[in-house]
Amino acid sequence: MGGNPDQFVRFLNVQKSYDGETLVVKNFNVDIAAGEFLTMLGPSGSGKTTCLMMLAGFEAATHGDIILDGQSINNVAPHKRDIGMVFQNYALFPHMTVAENLAFPLKVRKMSKSEIDRKVKRALEMVQLGHFGSRRPAQLSGGQQQRVAVARALVFEPKLVLMDEPLGALDKNLREEMQYEIKHIHEDLGVTMVYVTHDQSEALTMSDRIAVFEDGIVQQLATPDQLYEKPENAFVAGFIGENNRLHGQLKSVEGDTCSVALEGSDGIVKALKVNVDGVGGRTTLSIRPERVVLDPDSDQYPNRCQARVEELIYLGDHIRARMTVSGNSNFITKVPNTQRHTPLKRGEVVNIGWATEDCRALDA
Amino acid sequence: MTTADGKPLKVSLRRALRRQRIWAFLLVAPLLLFILVTFIVPVFNMALRGIENPQVHDIMPQTTSALKAWDGEGLPAEPVYAALVADLQAGYKSKEIGKVATRLNYEKVGMRSVIMSSARHAKRMKDGPYKEAMIHVNRAWGDPATWRLIKRESAPYTFSYLLAALDAHYDDNGDIAMLPQDRRIYVPLFIRTLLMSATVTLFCILLGYPVAYLLANLPLKISNLLMIMVLLPFWTSLLVRTTTWIVLLQSQGVLNDLMVWLHVIDDQGRIQMIFNKTGTLVAMTHILLPFMILPLYSVMKTVPPSYLRAARSLGANPLVAFWRVYVPQTVSGIGAGSLLVFILSIGYYITPALVGGQSGQMISNMIAYHMQESLNWGLAGALGLLLLVIVLVLYSVYNKFIGIDKIKMG
Repeated sequence: MGGNPDQFVRFLNVQKSYDGETLVVKNFNVDIAAGEFLTMLGPSGSGKTTCLMMLAGFEAATHGDIILDGQSINNVAPHKRDIGMVFQNYALFPHMTVAENLAFPLKVRKMSKSEIDRKVKRALEMVQLGHFGSRRPAQLSGGQQQRVAVARALVFEPKLVLMDEPLGALDKNLREEMQYEIKHIHEDLGVTMVYVTHDQSEALTMSDRIAVFEDGIVQQLATPDQLYEKPENAFVAGFIGENNRLHGQLKSVEGDTCSVALEGSDGIVKALKVNVDGVGGRTTLSIRPERVVLDPDSDQYPNRCQARVEELIYLGDHIRARMTVSGNSNFITKVPNTQRHTPLKRGEVVNIGWATEDCRALDA
Repeated sequence: MTTADGKPLKVSLRRALRRQRIWAFLLVAPLLLFILVTFIVPVFNMALRGIENPQVHDIMPQTTSALKAWDGEGLPAEPVYAALVADLQAGYKSKEIGKVATRLNYEKVGMRSVIMSSARHAKRMKDGPYKEAMIHVNRAWGDPATWRLIKRESAPYTFSYLLAALDAHYDDNGDIAMLPQDRRIYVPLFIRTLLMSATVTLFCILLGYPVAYLLANLPLKISNLLMIMVLLPFWTSLLVRTTTWIVLLQSQGVLNDLMVWLHVIDDQGRIQMIFNKTGTLVAMTHILLPFMILPLYSVMKTVPPSYLRAARSLGANPLVAFWRVYVPQTVSGIGAGSLLVFILSIGYYITPALVGGQSGQMISNMIAYHMQESLNWGLAGALGLLLLVIVLVLYSVYNKFIGIDKIKMG
């Protein structure tokens, strides 16, 4: 009680090891504000689920403090933490009806029968399953089970709700629908949510902020647009959205920008200096496909080079072109399907270019 | 519906599948034959012995047919006595009459000597009237009750074995009556058998459930070791396992010695733990435990740990989460294990015979006694039939309330 609302949940120097030899979570620090939707995003084995389990109380932190609402919860048992949780496979109790599932957290809190009935009814209506109370979970579709799981995690009005890849088992359309639904529930209730997923589009859609995990370390913690447009290292640039990489050597630094000699050719390009060692060090240039321009004007785009078209894929609103640029044969550009664009041909050599601020020099 | 060439679709389908069906049947056939020959037929045969009654009917055919006309009031007429003498003479000659004597003695004590002495006398009888002569030989022939008994037992099938197995009998008037309280053996024994089986089942649940839980939840390396320890008894002879308990539990045994040495009890106060009910319960629980653990384990293996975590995250303390969420999902395993252990223990024989003493005997020991010692196979068959009926009733009750399709054996 009485914690700072900007620090509703805090991880302070949290480390976790299962075998005493390797750290699964290396040094995790984050402050989550009350009412925030924070996503932990990362490939499997990156430590994101472990962090969630430590917050829920199913794993003990090897080192560091986890603080909830101003109090350390390291030694609080899971059932006393008052944290709602949605599991990967929903974990709806198969021997209880939907209504009994929802009533379970209220019953163990010894609420009165009438209050339980009222809350269960309201929770079912919130997820649009008003008439399904007497069914068993097995009689529901995947999406409906998902909604019940969400309703069950919210019905006892916890201040914090954790979700562990809750949409992983759903098909694509349903997943997108549920993303919006969960987002709207979050907005309506103002509850703090911590969400774990390996699906970057899911993370971008729903989150206020995203923590990108890799190898037990948070690579970047930022809002979705910052992550996409201003990735701080090569992993984040590659993990979030589509990305072209060019390797090179740092030649010189001029304020915020720098000059990089490309490895595959002898061209020199200018890029934003984001995350590089000193002059002479290797660097990875990151350019988003949609920021690459065909046949650029020389004065507008200082960075120009030649590219050979390797493959063209027609996608309706744009054409995806795979090109070889400076030895990298996986350089993707998106050519908008506008009325006056010049059709590309396979094998053709074209000029491409990009703005200096769209090219970020990152760690090698 | 027809196929393209006009044949009915169902016919074509059957023809197309015939080859597969024949193969399937051929694969099953050896086992089917084996079970039929070694199991179904003997069980049926044994059950039949519980109701068939060929002795009087076959060995005394003339008396049997002569008695058909008798109404059971007063003494039968001369022709019946003539038929009796003729049957006794024939039976004495063929040495078969002893079977009749034994059979009738089951129903009424003393009938053996009545029949055997009458047969010896009848051998010398040349001509009638036989009625007075027979009554003179043995006064039993002047008692209508004797004749009612013979008439009743001359039917080819009888309920008297089943009645005996239920501690009832036909009284002198031919009505069904329970034996006096102090002479009842089988009903109390059936009740004891059921109670002991239920107790063994309960012990198996209490001891087996935690073990199965560990087996299902420990890391593979440790749980494999544990599994071997559970299965180890399976690989040891039943006899060895049972006699080990004698070594441990007898009054000069390891456990009593230990307790005396620790001054928990004094040397005179050694506890009798074997050759009684306790011995049977301990040894049977030990031997049947794997049959509880294995079905439980296979069910628990399918319950994901996330259910318990979900329950805890919803605010249930570990005990409530376990009782309200975990245990209900293992009910089918408890049911399967209980059914298995209960049915196995209801017919258990060797262990009670070795460590049961007097008070630890079960109904199967009685069946074995009648098979091997008293040679009353009819009664043995009737007891076996009753046991089979009890098991089938329990099975159907289980099926009705829990559902046999819920059983998972592994």
